[in-house]
Amino acid sequence: MENLQELLHGFTIAVTVPHLLLMAVGVLLGILVGVLPGLGAPNGVSLLLPLTFGMQPVSAIILLSSMYWGALFGGSVTSILFNIPGEPSSVATTFDGYPMARDGRPTTALATAFGSAAFGALIGVILITFLASWVAQVALAFGPPEYFAVYFLAFASFVGMGGAAPIKTVVALAIGFAIAAIGIDTVSGSVRLTMGVDELVKGVSFVVAVMGLFGIGELLVAVEEEFHARAVSSKIDWREVFRAVGRLPRHSVALLRSAAIGCWMGITPGGPTAASFMSYGIARRFSRRGRHFGTGEVEGIISPETADHAAGTSALLPMLSLGIPGSATAAVMMGGLMIWGLNPGPMLFVDQKDFVWGLIASMYVGNIVAVALVLLTVPVFAALMRIPFVVIAPLIVIICVVGAYSVSNSYLDVVMMLGFGIVGYLFKKLFYPLAPLVLAIVIGDKAEDAFRQSMLLSKGSLGIFFANKLVTCLIVGGIALLLLPLALQLARLLRKPAPSTDGTAVQEKVII
Amino acid sequence: MGRTSTFLLSAAAAVLAGAMPALAAWQPQKPIEFIATAGPGGGTDNLARAVQNIITKHKLTEQPIVVVNKGGGSGAEGYVYGKASAGDPYKVIFGTSNAWQQPLVSKVAFNYTDLTPIAAMAQDEFLLWVKQDAPYKTAGDYLKAAASADFKMGGAQSKDTDEVLTRMIEKAGKVKLTYIPFKSGAETAVQLAGGHLDSHVNNPSESLGQWRGGTQRPLCVFSPKRLPQGPKVTATEGWSDVPTCVEQGLDIKQYEQPRTVWLPGKVTPEQATFYVDLMKKVQATPEWKDYIEKTSQVDTFLTGAEFDKFIKEDLEHVKQVAGEQGWLVK
Repeated sequence: MENLQELLHGFTIAVTVPHLLLMAVGVLLGILVGVLPGLGAPNGVSLLLPLTFGMQPVSAIILLSSMYWGALFGGSVTSILFNIPGEPSSVATTFDGYPMARDGRPTTALATAFGSAAFGALIGVILITFLASWVAQVALAFGPPEYFAVYFLAFASFVGMGGAAPIKTVVALAIGFAIAAIGIDTVSGSVRLTMGVDELVKGVSFVVAVMGLFGIGELLVAVEEEFHARAVSSKIDWREVFRAVGRLPRHSVALLRSAAIGCWMGITPGGPTAASFMSYGIARRFSRRGRHFGTGEVEGIISPETADHAAGTSALLPMLSLGIPGSATAAVMMGGLMIWGLNPGPMLFVDQKDFVWGLIASMYVGNIVAVALVLLTVPVFAALMRIPFVVIAPLIVIICVVGAYSVSNSYLDVVMMLGFGIVGYLFKKLFYPLAPLVLAIVIGDKAEDAFRQSMLLSKGSLGIFFANKLVTCLIVGGIALLLLPLALQLARLLRKPAPSTDGTAVQEKVII
Repeated sequence: MGRTSTFLLSAAAAVLAGAMPALAAWQPQKPIEFIATAGPGGGTDNLARAVQNIITKHKLTEQPIVVVNKGGGSGAEGYVYGKASAGDPYKVIFGTSNAWQQPLVSKVAFNYTDLTPIAAMAQDEFLLWVKQDAPYKTAGDYLKAAASADFKMGGAQSKDTDEVLTRMIEKAGKVKLTYIPFKSGAETAVQLAGGHLDSHVNNPSESLGQWRGGTQRPLCVFSPKRLPQGPKVTATEGWSDVPTCVEQGLDIKQYEQPRTVWLPGKVTPEQATFYVDLMKKVQATPEWKDYIEKTSQVDTFLTGAEFDKFIKEDLEHVKQVAGEQGWLVK
């Protein structure tokens, strides 16, 4: 109850004309940096940061967090329309968002994504409001073994579900881990796998890998298949926006499940990227239409988007209460907090009530402003799909090249991006799955660090992963998710000892 | 041809300099790039952005300044970039003692001698931190407990400043500590608050919030004298109340992390002088004082021979520790 009062007080701070204007400006700027690949939320926020030094801290954080919401939404736009994820956390959105847009339903895809994203953010912010102190305690319980267990869970939920031949999934994962290992290793401090290229000491940027794998890779496939300049006949139809949003409640199970996964991963703090992958993986297993995932399923968009935003929102809580950033953008904002003279940590909630609750109230209002603005832009973005392929293809190449270059103003990144394009093309042609590869690139090194830190702590004993209830549950859950499909198949085989012809058919399925 | 004309110009400038010194000073003619050898949000990034702000606000130069983050490979990305930009006076690199320590212990493709030192602008202090409810009240108690148990010390990065200090504590206190490297000081602080570690050696700003929030407290500071008086951090204590480690029987007199500024190699002395003067002007502003106080750093300004001497001494010291640990790379 006390929290509710504080929140109402927060609303009186957040809902003022200057603050609402700041939110609108922040959201629009955010959409812009989210849509432009290679810029992304962390860079956008750090560009804006110096402008906020003269502002009241609460106004400053409202501006920056609104920009964050805008960027999260904007990042989904390029994922869906061009198969180029602007943020690591919107990779999973491409899996079904892009096929749906390509099939001539870009409006539906975008509106569904935005609607479910807003829902996820709302659940995240409600969680922050009511469980702030409890959540802070949960996050503290996470040491290296628990971190590893969370990443393991994310891998397991995604990898165990099949889709491609298991061995191909493992190969894709292994390549991803190798790429993630390039650069300086946190635990030993030594340089790995730079193959004599000095600049590779910085490692392979996610953006570079993903733009090549998805953007260029997809383009190569499309060119080869003589993509019939399918000038997608998407009418600019405002009603479709509302129809798509209106259909969301039908998928309430997926929405709630994804929001729960997102909140959990945001708090723990596995982060939005792991959350969106995990949510997609689990949805694919449990959704009634899971079999059709990857061809433009509505739930294939809802699941990653909801989880991404729920995690992105709840990730702000550990930042405020513990001073640990749950995402790169949160890290930049934390730097901002310090410069404004505030110190993130448990005392922030006591010392700076106006600031904290003003921010939390602004999350409610900011998200509403963001979703309203972004839904208004849907038809405009969807109209981009009507541009013929011969025009859009070179544009995608330009976007990818500029995007890769702008990551760190490096020519090497452009070359690598093009290299990844060829890898992406080969993967598609040979039916290797891209998702495990990307997942391993994004969280592979974190998982490795956590594992080796655990080994340092336990002096090499794997027992540390079963040392307390929390970590045991996570690990057992991960193993269960890995083995579940196998167990289901076995059970089916045992229950119905089919005649030999059917038997081979079932076996076939196991392999696929 | 281009080189000859530059040479002629600079020769002409040198001649003119004799007559009109004010006109001869080098001035930037195009936008300047500040390279932070850390990701957005870290201490080095904050410094680069604070300096950028101060310069822009006070119009200390006519040219616009852009801050670029090149924090890959624990900062090596930025230094390698600086090395590759030899002769380009429009790239200013912001870093730490990493510039000379990293090449000692990993096979990175640069050395600090590839860069032109400008200045060390601030020193970050190190403290020994333990969990709030830990039984030991002094560094002496801590060492006594560490002698008979397996203590876990966390820190940012491997074979970097934090681990070097950890090894120094082992030697001075005759104890054995298990060092666990994390990505950043902030991450380490949370791990200590959660009870997954026994101690860490964070800078003041990295653990200020945690101290105020009562999840961890400093035992001692690795400095020859106590930190300057400032506002209270907790209800009863401020930085100046933290005893020095030497007072408490942990004989490490001084250990500091300088925030350093560099130009690429092969720039002219005039160009270097311009930036030294620029940084001096930055340091004279009230905004700089404000930045130093908010980040709980110590204001210093080492340049020229003094800076060289500092690097040499630190290098010798780190070489010794790294040699004992078998970290040195050929």
